[in-house]
Amino acid sequence: MEALELARWQFGITTVYHFLFVPLTIGLAPLVAIMQTVAYRTDDERWWRLTKLFGKLLLINFAMGVVTGIVQEFQFGMNWSSYSRFVGDIFGAPLAIEGLAAFFLESTFLGLWIFGWRRMPRGLHLATIWLVALGTWASAYFILAANSWMQNPVGYAINEEVGRAELQSIGAVLTNANLGWMFAHTIVASLATAGFFVLAVAAYHMLKGNDVSVFRGTAAIGLITALGATGILGFTGHEQAQLKTDLQPMKIAAAEAQYETESPASWSVFAIGSLDGEELLFDVRVPYLLSVLATNSLDGEVEGINDLQSQAVAEHGEGDYTPNIPVAYWTFRVMIGLAMLMLAFGAYGLWQLRRGRLESSTRYLRYAIPMAVTPFVASSAGWIFTEMGRQPWVVQDVLLTADGVSPSVSLGEVALSLAGYTAIYTILLVVNVGLILKYARQGLGEERSPEDVGDALQY
Amino acid sequence: MDFIDLPALWFLLIAFLFLGYFFLEGFDFGVGMLMPAVSRDDVDRRVVINTIGPVWDANEVWLIVAGGAMFAAFPEWYATLFSAYYLPLLLILLALIARGVAFEYRSKRDDPTWRARWDQAIFWGSALPALLWGVAFAGILNGIPIDADREFVGGFLDLLHPYALLGGLMTLSLFLLHGGGFLTLKTSGDLVERARAYARRLWWPAALTTAGFLTWSYVNALTQDDFGVVPDLVPILALVSIASVSWLLREGRDGFAFLATGATILLTFGTIFANLFPRVMVSSTDPAFDLTIRNASSTDYTLTIMTWVALALTPVVLAYQAWSYWVFRNRVSRDRFVGASTGGDDGEAGEDASG
Repeated sequence: MEALELARWQFGITTVYHFLFVPLTIGLAPLVAIMQTVAYRTDDERWWRLTKLFGKLLLINFAMGVVTGIVQEFQFGMNWSSYSRFVGDIFGAPLAIEGLAAFFLESTFLGLWIFGWRRMPRGLHLATIWLVALGTWASAYFILAANSWMQNPVGYAINEEVGRAELQSIGAVLTNANLGWMFAHTIVASLATAGFFVLAVAAYHMLKGNDVSVFRGTAAIGLITALGATGILGFTGHEQAQLKTDLQPMKIAAAEAQYETESPASWSVFAIGSLDGEELLFDVRVPYLLSVLATNSLDGEVEGINDLQSQAVAEHGEGDYTPNIPVAYWTFRVMIGLAMLMLAFGAYGLWQLRRGRLESSTRYLRYAIPMAVTPFVASSAGWIFTEMGRQPWVVQDVLLTADGVSPSVSLGEVALSLAGYTAIYTILLVVNVGLILKYARQGLGEERSPEDVGDALQY
Repeated sequence: MDFIDLPALWFLLIAFLFLGYFFLEGFDFGVGMLMPAVSRDDVDRRVVINTIGPVWDANEVWLIVAGGAMFAAFPEWYATLFSAYYLPLLLILLALIARGVAFEYRSKRDDPTWRARWDQAIFWGSALPALLWGVAFAGILNGIPIDADREFVGGFLDLLHPYALLGGLMTLSLFLLHGGGFLTLKTSGDLVERARAYARRLWWPAALTTAGFLTWSYVNALTQDDFGVVPDLVPILALVSIASVSWLLREGRDGFAFLATGATILLTFGTIFANLFPRVMVSSTDPAFDLTIRNASSTDYTLTIMTWVALALTPVVLAYQAWSYWVFRNRVSRDRFVGASTGGDDGEAGEDASG
């Protein structure tokens, strides 16, 4: 066991954990802003209560995203100092801009939103939650600009003398071909997460018979958000897969466990076997589908792992340039499979809603509660796929992950930090889920005015 | 921007961000540490937490932005510092995690055991960083073993030089005093009196450690073969400033006492940064291995872009943050916490409605 391995585990665990909270924040902040906008326009008590209910859940979730985010910001220097030295001239800029443009905005205006209900005109107070939402979206854009550069390094040159990558064009970094679709994909995935979350809370109260007149509308907001976002996810995912076929062909080959170059290429629905290039025990395939997905044509060529490995060796020297194939293959299928399930579930719900049968579909409402978990799992699978599918590179074709780790940090130190983060994160996950369930169950409450809502949200 | 020394400018900006962070989160830490001591009951504790409730998160962002700016402008500084101070930073991170969620979660259950646990998280989550930030910054100035590859080659104990430990005790006691001063301005009733009494007692350790630390720093700067600036005026003003706090507290000039404590924090960290310049990490192994603003910086192109971004955004950020302090300028009173508490379970909190 080396420090490198543990440092990778730590980055994976802390990042996936951080991203459990982030999508709900990104998706729920604008939904709460919409609820408050309706409340502001109608001054209807029920909408103020709804704003309070989901505002409180947003805050419980927001706190976790904030505190786990600091670890992300520090971890590059702490555990990946060689990476930081090599890429800092490029990678540091979007991180610094994220802090200056997004974190200040969301933290300051979140404080104003929580505590400012009695201290400013209602319209101004409404603006604060919209600025919080804007901050969360801006944050996503800048951090994805940084990540996109790792997937598809652009606008840089290697300075051999000082041994680092240097920025040549910030415009190229901020308009990276990978970035637009990745940002769109992340935002709609977050909206889907929030949509299913709102639907689940509403479903619970409809089953209990609490304020059904309000929660019927709430369920509709959740359903429409969830279904619309999941539908768009198909397109943004498809565009990303096409891009990756060009930019990161190994990632797509790994996602399919496709060892030989094929044209036309079929798509494997699922396979049983070791996925090491040997004969599979069982494999269900859809002819032509991979060609269509990856290239938009029936007989487009999709390169296989073996050819790509040979090319990489020719270019970069001896070594294994294939990611962990079973992980890439299965995380890709979990992501897509769950997205399909979300789409079908959302579509069925909307159909029931349109026929006015949502309230009476108790079985559907009962399933809607655990369904809220699926977008979290799908997002995690998507990120594990996109990050592990890039391995062994930390910056695609430029820097190996193994060359990025901190030389001065010992195995014992990483073991200690990994244990520390895992322990505190496990405890906080239990606490966080407990609080979300508690406040989701509490329902609308008795608030009559925005001032009452403010009192309920403070510490 | 050829006419500007960009690395020097970014050293100044990063120093500004850290100074801002220590001024602002300094009182957050002090408030967190004093909360158990000044409070008589749960309502008091809620009042104390709500004094920093609206601002602590934005205050902490100063640290995140300082770290991000360091990464962008001086990647070598960021890489060497963060990997060398691995264990202290780990403790700081765990502390900040526990403290941050504690503010939000504490009032979410009406259960004394639950609240007592989060109170512990707030206390230790404030005390650990308050101590460790001083240890870290004094240690950076004093020097740690760094080799020719700019890698830290020492162990944990190399980070705990007596000078660094004194720096830690100084920030711990200064932040306590700063938090006490903040509470005299933001609470009401008996809490103000108790906060003032604590501030008067806390002045002693703060003044002694500050004087000791500055003297030691001054002697170091004079005796060591050192190309850092020796900023006479800055440490002297720091001493004048901390001395004035005692008098201001006795005179009941709470606002000025708070500002003077804040000035002391700015001036002591100003001393550290001025003394450090133009170095960013001092190698105790060999001065030739020091990291400086020249050999640790990003390219001029990156620094130019970051300068434009900082010029465009910083005034806006400062303006809306200042506005948020204006919005929350009133004292927090016990009334709403007592009056509005229906014994329910979902944490009806509040502030005085006189805004």
